[in-house]
Amino acid sequence: MALPNKPVGELKVVREPEVEKRDVDVLIIGGGMAACGTAFEIKKWADDDTKILLVDKAALERSGAVAQGLSAINTYIGENKPEDYVRMVRNDLMGIVREDLIFDLGRHVDDSVHLFEEWGLPIWKKTEDGKNLDGKKGQKAGTLKGGATPVRTGKWQIMINGESYKRIVAEAGKKALGDENILERVFIVEILNDKEDPSRVAGAVGFSVRENKVYIINAKVMMVACGGAVNIYQPRSVAEGKGRAWYPVWNAGSTYTMALRAGAELSMMENRFTPARFKDGYGPVGAWFLLFKAKTVNGLGENYAGSDAAKEELEKYAPYGTAAVTPTCLRNHLMMKEYKEGRGPIIMETSKALQTLGETMSKKELKHLESEAWEDFLDMSVGQAGLWCATNTEPEKKDSEIMPTEPYLLGSHSGCCGIWCSGPEEDWVPDSYKWGYNRMTTVRGLFTAGDGVGCSGHKFSSGSHAEGRIIAKSMLQYLKAEGDKVTGFAETDQELVDFVYAPVYNYLDNCEYTTAQDVNPNYCKPAGMAMRLMKMTNEYGAGTGTFYMTNGKSLEVLMGLFEMFREDLEKIAAGDLHELMRAWEINHRLYTVQAHTRHIQFREESRFPGFYYRGDFMGQNDEEWFCFVNSSYDKKTNEWSLKKEPYVKIISD
Amino acid sequence: MPSFVITEKCDGCKGGDKTACMYICPNDLMVLDANEMKAYNQEPDQCWECYSCVKICPSQAIEVRGYSDFVPMGASVQPMMGTEDIMWTCKFRNGVVKRFKFPIRTTPEGEANSYDDLKGKDLSSGLLSTEEADGYELVAPTELA
Repeated sequence: MALPNKPVGELKVVREPEVEKRDVDVLIIGGGMAACGTAFEIKKWADDDTKILLVDKAALERSGAVAQGLSAINTYIGENKPEDYVRMVRNDLMGIVREDLIFDLGRHVDDSVHLFEEWGLPIWKKTEDGKNLDGKKGQKAGTLKGGATPVRTGKWQIMINGESYKRIVAEAGKKALGDENILERVFIVEILNDKEDPSRVAGAVGFSVRENKVYIINAKVMMVACGGAVNIYQPRSVAEGKGRAWYPVWNAGSTYTMALRAGAELSMMENRFTPARFKDGYGPVGAWFLLFKAKTVNGLGENYAGSDAAKEELEKYAPYGTAAVTPTCLRNHLMMKEYKEGRGPIIMETSKALQTLGETMSKKELKHLESEAWEDFLDMSVGQAGLWCATNTEPEKKDSEIMPTEPYLLGSHSGCCGIWCSGPEEDWVPDSYKWGYNRMTTVRGLFTAGDGVGCSGHKFSSGSHAEGRIIAKSMLQYLKAEGDKVTGFAETDQELVDFVYAPVYNYLDNCEYTTAQDVNPNYCKPAGMAMRLMKMTNEYGAGTGTFYMTNGKSLEVLMGLFEMFREDLEKIAAGDLHELMRAWEINHRLYTVQAHTRHIQFREESRFPGFYYRGDFMGQNDEEWFCFVNSSYDKKTNEWSLKKEPYVKIISD
Repeated sequence: MPSFVITEKCDGCKGGDKTACMYICPNDLMVLDANEMKAYNQEPDQCWECYSCVKICPSQAIEVRGYSDFVPMGASVQPMMGTEDIMWTCKFRNGVVKRFKFPIRTTPEGEANSYDDLKGKDLSSGLLSTEEADGYELVAPTELA
């Protein structure tokens, strides 16, 4: 029997990969909802000879956060005003948001939803007598665009039968852009700056996860939209279950890290999302709260969120805490109080909710309601359905526990970390918010959308798609005006291959030194590094292990651990192409979570209680910190800089 | 709940250069052992249980087993994809079985309208292509601070 000091993967690495070079005008990095929006929109505005390339780490049909499907579209403005949409987002995110970006999104998002319906996404409809029709039967009621009424669970959400949501959206994007302009299973790992003007982008480099090939791409303008960041903090399940992340586990922070390393300013990276979800399965709770009107109680059976003590606690965070809808972080905060004072666990009373609804319903209607409850999981979080089956949980008979998850970083859901972007070139947008092209980062020619755009959360799937469409136009405006200023990047082909394939060299140079490949003093492996990163962030960076609590000293310790981690990444080793992908993902995760914790370190207050706390600066300090925090990084000197950026209020209260 | 492949049912997608599960997995987990002509999940602890491989497998050879660190044994959730609907069979640990059918799309696959003939007119405006075609007017906020 051969010694186990050989790569285990099916697709082994080789020392000298093939090099494929591409020369395009527009490069789209990513394949999720935002990139599919760009793919749909861009050729409608581009000249016929414009060369466009989309590069996706996975397959467009099921990539990104909507891969599994969704049971609702969370942003549909419909009968509401975009101004009210801004107010909702502003309150949920504790006041500090980019109102220009949010308003802009609000006035375009419905057009994308109307397209989804036309493409074949089943959208529930309300009948005149107030009954719900699923997306197939609902077709009789007409389309949303034609004035039909959707089934709202909250003011902004509409229900869908969304198992194939991403397949449908990807299909339209692929057809519009053309298969020949799409590269799948290629992981872009670094953006390259212009050799004459480093404040501009000129290309990108990546590799195939299917064959030993490095892609070197010249581009005049590009967007980076590769989702948020997951598995940057130790998850509550640390064995097999660490894959059961709430947000997609393949989101490695690539958006933030690649932009940061290209010189882009990040903003509000301290903001995170620790959603309260059904424990372990992380199934959605929105429909249970909003559609089925379920209540949560503490371990003593008390409605803790409605208590006088809770009201008193929320008053400390006025005006957000006292608003009609309590911000997400403060709802978590109330939950944390119960845990810390020994009154956990938190139980959602699904049985009571269904009984109450059943009192006014026929047997058939009740059966339909049960089916709706299961669809909520089966459309977007099948594992939760599996967990209910395995624990004999019929929600009408047995209640379920909910719990806040480990931290996630994202800019499209109920969080707002991301890249500092220009707003629309319009009179009502303050000068400090705009520098030429809508959603361009502070690096010329580099754009982003979806999870990438900072300070404007609550766009969700539909808003991310609409934002991708918005920047399709912005990128072409830039291409026309400044495309000829791009002179290419300085790096040679060999330098880029050496950079991308460094983990391969580390492996091949050292793997035979020991008899088993996973333990070798001359290199580290991605699987071990992933756990090392999550352990340090959990312990020092306000993870679940400390009830999301940190302080200045802990963060100082963490920064020291990060620096050694960064040095050790130079010795990361990959023996097969899948492992090479993991090696680069852990690199991207490091810079992203470092940005996150550096922002927490810089902002000396606890702006988002329930998401994280600075024990040395509890409470909000509006006098000092009612502002954005922006950061940048110089990859040549390994230096970070952080600064305050003024907030401008655009929409009235 | 990592996916697993039933040895007897998997035919390695009959010798194509990639299997359906390899093509679709968003996290690059499914791989083909070319000697055995069988696929497997190479990294179960990174499986999001998105069921993309289960849904696409032409041999119905892929199922999902609950995560070993918190899911009691004995249950299963299995889909059957159609062109317009998906059928789910949910088997409880205690033997209860529930079946659900949900619509997945209202148009034939491949017929999403990508508006290939639509050309935008004013690149400098803030309007998206279909908004411009519909005569939509760009609104500015009126309720200013």
